[in-house]
Amino acid sequence: MYLDIIILVVLLLASLWTVMTRSILRSAIGLALTSVILSIVMFRLNSPLAAVFELSVCAGLISVLFVSTISITQPYTTEEILKRMKDMFARFRFLPLIIIVSAIGLAFVSIKPVINLPPPEAIKDARVMLWNVRGFDVMGQILILLTGVFGIVILFKEGLKK
Amino acid sequence: MYSSLILLPFFGVIVLNLPFRALMKKCAFWLCLSIVLFQICLILFPQICCFSDKLDALGSFFKFDFAVDSLSRVMLFCIGIVLFTALFVQRNNCEDEDKIFNFANVSLLILCGMNGVVMVKDIFSLYVFLEITAVSSFILIAFNKESVAFEGAFKYIILSAVATVLMLAAIALFLVISGDTGFSAISSALKVSQGRFFIGFAVGIFLCACFIKSGLVPFHGWVPDAYSSAPASVSVLLAGVVTKTVGIYTLIRIVNSIFGFGDPIKHLLLAVGAISIVVGALAALGQKDIKRMLAYSSISQVGYIVIGLGTGTALGLTGAIFHLFNHSIFKSLLFVNSAAVESETGTRDMDKLSGLAKKMPLTGITSILGSLSCAGIPPLAGFWSKLIIIIALWVSGFRGYAIIAVLASVLTLAYFLSWQRSVFFGILKEDLANVKEAGFGLVFPALILAVIIVGVGIFFPLFINSFALPIENILGG
Repeated sequence: MYLDIIILVVLLLASLWTVMTRSILRSAIGLALTSVILSIVMFRLNSPLAAVFELSVCAGLISVLFVSTISITQPYTTEEILKRMKDMFARFRFLPLIIIVSAIGLAFVSIKPVINLPPPEAIKDARVMLWNVRGFDVMGQILILLTGVFGIVILFKEGLKK
Repeated sequence: MYSSLILLPFFGVIVLNLPFRALMKKCAFWLCLSIVLFQICLILFPQICCFSDKLDALGSFFKFDFAVDSLSRVMLFCIGIVLFTALFVQRNNCEDEDKIFNFANVSLLILCGMNGVVMVKDIFSLYVFLEITAVSSFILIAFNKESVAFEGAFKYIILSAVATVLMLAAIALFLVISGDTGFSAISSALKVSQGRFFIGFAVGIFLCACFIKSGLVPFHGWVPDAYSSAPASVSVLLAGVVTKTVGIYTLIRIVNSIFGFGDPIKHLLLAVGAISIVVGALAALGQKDIKRMLAYSSISQVGYIVIGLGTGTALGLTGAIFHLFNHSIFKSLLFVNSAAVESETGTRDMDKLSGLAKKMPLTGITSILGSLSCAGIPPLAGFWSKLIIIIALWVSGFRGYAIIAVLASVLTLAYFLSWQRSVFFGILKEDLANVKEAGFGLVFPALILAVIIVGVGIFFPLFINSFALPIENILGG
């Protein structure tokens, strides 16, 4: 129980760092860190397969893509970033405090969920689930990927040529 | 039969991107148009589309699982007719073959997404198709790569991402409660375990997500920017069907099939609807940019749909769906008119325009029909739907809301009359002396939409039998 709470607090801190750090590279690393911690949470919730996906795709592949994109483009210098970000972040200074206080407050409110979690379904293999039961959603996800690719080609291809 | 509505656009995208690029670029527009026309024909004359049964065998490969009722058919028809209009507007406004090719591709993808949204009966599939539609609309808003358009698209992305997170969290809670994601399974699970904190929370955040996606007050911040910064054809598409499908249809379907019309939900819908009607109409009064005025007007009209839904009666639901249909048609028409004015005069600022009716007679006449239908003037289609909504409110005892709806209708008339007076009537300004009627691509769809508005209005008694009676069967289904 305590271990879970510690993991969740670390997850919260990592995600806050991701959105509040001023360096885009650190932000990408923060995202990878958040994904790693999330995969630990998933592992502890008895879904090793989801944890492995999260670890390999979100923490691994996406971070590699982000870091390589950042390193081949030319980001602003630190001074420029500081100049641009100074005003934008002033209003979010209290965000971490508000989140932590409200989390502590929620811990004291006695919400006792009476939820009967369905037992882990051993029969439904992830492969069967993905291809035989949710085939329609898989097709939808193929379409989302296709749309994303089109978006990048349509909106950013000419920029590359320049 | 309905599998073809997903599979044809999907194969269309694949065919367009096969190696014969030069040939495909030439026929992209026509391929997209024929798929859209097929959709309209399939809804109007289901018996002619015999070959589409063969596609169902293919659909079963992908485990297609649809529930198409009369509400879905109304939406499918709206999607078809508005996309048809948007394609013509894009072709008229843009000579570049590459751009038309790209537009056709994204149109087919958004068609897949919206058709999926209105046909599925599983909340997670609904979410997947909502995302296809949302991602396609981000691309379309920023299509011309102008900085204002990127800003509008960015606002939409951020608010849409918030809506997505809320929706996904609600779906996760529903899955925990019911162990399934089908509409009927969740509905029966919710009935068994009513009154739990988590259920109220999940229902609340899902409704919030729908309000954001529909652009209702107080979540309307993205609507004016997105509508006004997008290219003309995309404004038609966004205002005509995209927000209707991802926001309003989802709201109607989820409230009707899963949540049911409990008292808290009814009061929430009525309050949000009434606030949207009034705020949208007041904000529209003060606008000088035609497209921003139409965007605020959309917020107000969407409020009417939600307030009709909030009555929770068969009559209110009929009025809401009928107004949804009417709003798709007349708002597309008005955006086509604004595109025509902008393409001929180069401006959307109402202060710089005057007396255009003499130079652009067809645009002038169709815009009057669209405006009057929106303001609810008999015998046009918009009058009947507003009348049904107001009667439903009065009969179910929400008389205060009925009065708000009637008074806001006067405001609607006020801002549309001021638009007509400043743009189409009055003395023609000297610098507008060389303006001529807009091209075929803008006049032809405007005429079709105007004919629908007048036709549905005049033949309403015939229309109501094929329209309203099936809707009553949806309720509680």
